[in-house]
Amino acid sequence: MSAAILDISRVSKRFVKRPSLGERIAGAFGAGRKTEIVRAVTDVSLDVRKGEVIGLVGESGCGKSTLGRIVAGIYTPSDGQVTFGSAPVAKEQGRRTQKLTTRVQMVHQDPFASLNPRMRIGDTVGEGPVAHKIVKAREADGYVADMLGRVGLDPSYRRRFPHQFSGGQRQRIAIARALAMKPDLLVLDEPVASLDVSIQAQVLNLFMDLRRDLDLTAIFISHDLGVVRHVSDRVAIMYLGRIVELAPTPELYAAPNHPYTRALFESVPRVGVGRKDFRPIAGEIPSPLHPPSGCHFHPRCPFAGPRCKREVPALAPIGPGRSSACHLNTGGTA
Amino acid sequence: MSDAVLKVRDLRTQFHTKAGALKAVDGVSFEVARGRILGLVGESGSGKSVTGYSILGLIEAPGEIAGGEVLLDGVDVTRLKGEALRRVRGAKIAMVFQDPMMTLNPVLKIGTQMIAAVRAHDKVSRKVAWERSRAALAKVGIPSPEERLDAYPHQLSGGMRQRVAIAIALLHSPAVIIADEPTTALDVSIQGQILAEVRRLADDTGTAFVWVTHDLAVVSSLADDICVMYAGKVVETGAAAEVIASPRHPYTAGLLASVPAEHEPGERLPQVPGSTPSLANLPPGCAFAPRCFKAGPACTTTPPVQHFEGGRTALCHYPIESDSCPPPSSTSAAYQNAS
Repeated sequence: MSAAILDISRVSKRFVKRPSLGERIAGAFGAGRKTEIVRAVTDVSLDVRKGEVIGLVGESGCGKSTLGRIVAGIYTPSDGQVTFGSAPVAKEQGRRTQKLTTRVQMVHQDPFASLNPRMRIGDTVGEGPVAHKIVKAREADGYVADMLGRVGLDPSYRRRFPHQFSGGQRQRIAIARALAMKPDLLVLDEPVASLDVSIQAQVLNLFMDLRRDLDLTAIFISHDLGVVRHVSDRVAIMYLGRIVELAPTPELYAAPNHPYTRALFESVPRVGVGRKDFRPIAGEIPSPLHPPSGCHFHPRCPFAGPRCKREVPALAPIGPGRSSACHLNTGGTA
Repeated sequence: MSDAVLKVRDLRTQFHTKAGALKAVDGVSFEVARGRILGLVGESGSGKSVTGYSILGLIEAPGEIAGGEVLLDGVDVTRLKGEALRRVRGAKIAMVFQDPMMTLNPVLKIGTQMIAAVRAHDKVSRKVAWERSRAALAKVGIPSPEERLDAYPHQLSGGMRQRVAIAIALLHSPAVIIADEPTTALDVSIQGQILAEVRRLADDTGTAFVWVTHDLAVVSSLADDICVMYAGKVVETGAAAEVIASPRHPYTAGLLASVPAEHEPGERLPQVPGSTPSLANLPPGCAFAPRCFKAGPACTTTPPVQHFEGGRTALCHYPIESDSCPPPSSTSAAYQNAS
């Protein structure tokens, strides 16, 4: 294994919902309305090695997109540090930040929202590389044509506008835009979630081809366990802001350890197993505004004991390259 | 099936646009029996949702139902108008939408809305209506239903709202519920809960479901029967287990082959080349021909014919042979080469 190029160290992100004017006035007269804090990501540590694809899986509100955005430098972490190569992301000022953040590029979920409808796609793809002097302005046209070709689009399309493309084609344009910056790390946030099944396969194949050809390092965020299994080397399962399990993909799918991971696998419908009796996870996903005490999963967990209510389980090693955050692995739940 | 509660026959829905009449639903036929779940599967633009809307008469100008019939217990719903239609909708046939906020009024309490829905069809006291609403919420697995009746929609989670929408659909024990992508916006664990409830409801209450979805995995684990649509036409029907184990239509085969979970990690996925054609510009012959690995000369010129086999149908000139089933590997290979 090669060295880590990205090191996420004990990162937390809190979003503070400030009281509205009315609430502040009410507060001044003694109505005790407190500032609400959403703990989107709590104490997450993760390293990404060169050439590796990490899958980040979880349900809504688990913090996977927030973590992706912290890595991409869109959000600054409230606590902890993200180190890229040897330089911390987002702690640098001015020109250095600019240079660093271009090394991480992001592909967003909705290709209808992520492309500027008024820009020709050639300009969308070429703007970044020219601004950051990756190519000279007069060579940009050829560079863009090359990038479009790489993602399987006809280079002659570069004079067109986004509305002239289908969803799958737009996602290819978004990928071309990210690749044009020659990033060291790609963050893909649900890149195929909004696409039809047959188009999804096209985009996943493209991603795997590009990965092989360009030796990409990527964080692949998805709620789809099947997709993540297909493209990732390692998978991190998140629940309410924390990583609950981290393992190489084959091991994780062969033998999930954390009760949440197991329950998640149980509730996924699958093709070809016939009508099945669902054994879904009981209960709702709690709000990140008021997460449960101790282990966040304990109210829904069939194995929960008193210790789970009291104590937050640490993400502890359970095997080579595997870790899981569950008291069952460390002396029981009593 | 003779005991079918819903029979859709040769349904045609068109939208009149500047480009001419777009046949969003073009001769769709299927049947659903009591307590059965039919999975209506297709990609975006296949006409699956418009089919669902047409059954309830929810098509507005510039759209119109241009032909065919929708027989609900022998009565053609497409011919009903005004008060007669109102009496059927919500009572005998109901709908659950993808986004439950399309069903729920954000400024009214759940109880207020449900009581109104009960009393829209049955002349009962508010007290009786309240009790029926409470029972309906309990039936879909909502904990402490009394409190939920007193809540506003925004106080519930997405999964809870969708359960409320299903509970409202169930209020009058309709013969059929049309559900349009009802779990697509939900998380996996919540989707699992709802699918389990729906399965149980169909078995217990005898309500038939038409489950409109793009998700083959959901259909595979939920539905009894399956109906695959492409470009406004039904291309394949049959028992869900049979169709998924050995598809006859190359499109169904391509869809199934491209599901990542069914392949070795990292392996190249068989993909259906190209994209869904525009309805304004359908190729002559079979609409799927330009993307099909089995397409022959007849496919590009002559509309395909219905191929029957046992209880199954496939709309194809060259359906995949039954004795070569199940062909996932060969199909995969064929699509690999085609792409």
